Amino acid sequence: MTTTQLIFEHSKRGRRGYRLPALDVPEATELPSSLMRDEIVDEVEVSEVDVIRHFTRLSKLNVSIDAGLYPLGSCTMKHNPRLNEEIARTPGFALSHPLQPDHQVQGNLALLWHIERTLMEIFGMPRVTLQPVAGAHGELTGILMVHKALAKSGNARKYILIPDSAHGTNPASAAFAGYQIKELKSNSRGTVDIDTLAAAVTEDVAALMITVPNTLGVFETDIKRFADILHEKGAYLYCDGANLNSFVGIARPGDMGIDVIHSNLHKTFSTPHGGGGPGAGPVGVSQTLIPFLPTPTVEQREDGTYYLDHSHPDSIGRVRAFNGNFNVLVRALTYMRSMGPDGLRRIAQIAVLNANYIRARLRGSYHLPYDAPSLHEVVFSDKLQTAKDVHTLDIAKRLMDYGFHPPTIYFPLIVAGALMIEPTESEPKEELDAFCDAMIAIARECEERPELVRSAPHTTPVRRLDEARAARQPVLRWRK
Amino acid sequence: MTLPDPLTDQHRYISNASQDVGEMLKVIGIDSIDALFETIPADVKLKELLNIPGPWSEIESRRWFRALAAKNLTAVDHVSFLGGGAYLHYQPACIDQLLLRAEFLTSYTPYQPEVSQGTLQSIFEYQTHQCLLTGLDVANASLYDGSTGLCEAVLLAERVVRNRTKVVIAKSVHPQYTETVRTYVQNLGYEIVEVGWTNDGRIDTAALREACTNDVFAVAIQSPNFLGVIEDYDAIAQIADAAGAVKIAVIAEATSLGILTPPGAHGFDIAVGEGQAWGVPTQYGGPFVGFMVVKDALKRHMPGRLVGETVDVDGKRAYVLTLATREQHIRRGKATSNICTNEALIALAANMYLSLMGKEGLREVGQQCLSKAAYLRGELQKIGSVILPFSGPVYNEFVVRTPFPAAEILADLEHAKILGGIPLGQFYDGHDNEFLVAVTELHTRENLDHFAAVLTAAISRERR
Repeated sequence: MTTTQLIFEHSKRGRRGYRLPALDVPEATELPSSLMRDEIVDEVEVSEVDVIRHFTRLSKLNVSIDAGLYPLGSCTMKHNPRLNEEIARTPGFALSHPLQPDHQVQGNLALLWHIERTLMEIFGMPRVTLQPVAGAHGELTGILMVHKALAKSGNARKYILIPDSAHGTNPASAAFAGYQIKELKSNSRGTVDIDTLAAAVTEDVAALMITVPNTLGVFETDIKRFADILHEKGAYLYCDGANLNSFVGIARPGDMGIDVIHSNLHKTFSTPHGGGGPGAGPVGVSQTLIPFLPTPTVEQREDGTYYLDHSHPDSIGRVRAFNGNFNVLVRALTYMRSMGPDGLRRIAQIAVLNANYIRARLRGSYHLPYDAPSLHEVVFSDKLQTAKDVHTLDIAKRLMDYGFHPPTIYFPLIVAGALMIEPTESEPKEELDAFCDAMIAIARECEERPELVRSAPHTTPVRRLDEARAARQPVLRWRK
Repeated sequence: MTLPDPLTDQHRYISNASQDVGEMLKVIGIDSIDALFETIPADVKLKELLNIPGPWSEIESRRWFRALAAKNLTAVDHVSFLGGGAYLHYQPACIDQLLLRAEFLTSYTPYQPEVSQGTLQSIFEYQTHQCLLTGLDVANASLYDGSTGLCEAVLLAERVVRNRTKVVIAKSVHPQYTETVRTYVQNLGYEIVEVGWTNDGRIDTAALREACTNDVFAVAIQSPNFLGVIEDYDAIAQIADAAGAVKIAVIAEATSLGILTPPGAHGFDIAVGEGQAWGVPTQYGGPFVGFMVVKDALKRHMPGRLVGETVDVDGKRAYVLTLATREQHIRRGKATSNICTNEALIALAANMYLSLMGKEGLREVGQQCLSKAAYLRGELQKIGSVILPFSGPVYNEFVVRTPFPAAEILADLEHAKILGGIPLGQFYDGHDNEFLVAVTELHTRENLDHFAAVLTAAISRERR
């Protein structure tokens, strides 16, 4: 058995990985054979031992936050406390069913009510929907609410303004909500100019969708004036809260004039990223958008009991079946309670300190395309290394040989050859130093042994892949 | 509450303490953490701490959260017959243990394939399972759930069949799925046409034929449908084909694929659904995992991530995210979907479940569900005033009608520690005396007999 064999290639006729109790009722034969399938051709036959070995060996091909710094910018790869896992597995939560009547799930409804109250306080906003299950899902929800609110007042308008530094999900979500996109050019600081915005906000603009701080980690200092400009024209200010980790407990979106914000609970609130999900993307709204929240909402009666309220005639409707990613919300609330108000503030302080420490240590070795003070992440480029024909991709791959997951690369798009580094508050100084030492060593290698960097990685389970071949002749499943 | 001193404040999930902070500030060349936040205007900065509880120790958290969980009435100490898109099936013990491996749990999207082969290969395997089970060609790495999966399928269909404005959705598709589609497409100018069912609980094919005009871009049906009844794929495909519409099959009970003929074998273009039944806890509705499998011709319209096979520079087989030009991080406003974060860990759990159960186990689970549901139906039919209103074929779920409001009957069952079903009246007008009952391999004959006995007693009590 080798690590690269697929589970299907381990299959041997007659092997079993399960046992069910013997059938204790007569075997049903009433279905017509036209509705029944033949055997599932090529489906696997393996034992439990085979399965455990296979997935354990597969797992060893991954790096993870538990093994060390995982500095993917904009992803907030922080420590995932195991208490959160334990609480989510409490049978009373894990075995509850989404269509149980309210009186049977008072514990769940109380939990949803408490996490909404906690997020309302963190956002500084009067209501939060917990239904969206990812950041992009929250974006769609938020923009649909803006659309409905504007349509209700007579004109849904045509455009969403989005800075050129934004995450790709922003324009995609706005498009699916029914809008056209107008891109705003960043200034030399990487932020949005008041004048650029003022000129772009016409009666046709529904909202500005902006990430705060932006994808360079730079805070939009004029954010309150942005809000004023938009509000004056009857437009809304949407905040992509992907970077909330940098200012949680320090400042609140609601106090900045923001009308809608989504927060990725798998980022700021530590729910595990799981190789790509699940997440949760609750959305906070200002007073004027409350009537348009997805249904149902969770409400509390005077006697202290809770219920799901479906009676919101102006709601955009539901954005997912059932009650969102409930057990991701359980993990996030566990984390919020573990941290408390001082801990949440501490997160932002140390996350920003850690990023600025990396920035200070690496700025002699790598080009810093935007020099404005940054918060929780720092974006370098490969400008100094391209002289030796070594590029961001090479630097990223070489980092793997030093035992680190690379940063986010080639994003934001406004930086050529971007290396976007977000260490989070979890990292101890020693880990940051080891990472900086590795980056500095690589910068030296780029000068002295560029071929070593260009041909990296050298120590990983597989080396550089032929990605063009994967796309040109797609093989998207195993065949016998 | 006044603000704590940033030099000495300390929390268990944050390593750096006062000595580290002091050293780091020196390297940065500033003398306080506050100096790092000068770009945030003073007038929006908080002057005090947030008004929220905590910090709590693990001991306090356990106490509070366990007390909340204890307020729920669940399958922990009740026998549950709840389904309706979330099913309680056998969960092999090793799955959760494997999911807790940090390399799976705490890694992210495999953008760097050299250090993510574990996740990538597992997604490739998951995609293969989906293809084998549905009889279609190309599966993606996962979507949020069944409801948003149906939204994505409808949007995909519209991209393929341009310049048409209507989508036909069976009224017997999970009502919350259809509600979600309504939300998704509200500004896109499509019309949703619903088609009801006939006495057997199957879609009304005459009404379907009438609805399938030449401005319909897709027909979406669910099988087994929300009433538990298995649809006739061929009859539906024929009608949709005549209109040139994309055929979408929704599967909300994924274990049905172990025993029922799959949509791919009947010419359907897209199979989309909810993978929760593959051993994922019902956990009040999430996280679940949406799956989508399409015909090869549709692969470049697919939403979400796809993993493909390739080789590395040494010629070694390896896996990588591919056909990414469909996706939002490249195509931005013109992407096939806005999805980024998906349900990868749940897809991994599904891969493990499907591998453990395997060819024989998936069939046996299906056969046991089918047989136990048939047995319970038989027992219920012996009760004089119980009617099973739909005569069509069923898998493991069916509608029960009594002469009394479902809520009252179910309250009686709850009293006997049975979560007896889902009242249908909340989804369909005029069905207040009906509820949906789901049976799985976890039910014993004793559970089923007890259900029938308690229901009999409940009905006679209501009569008095």
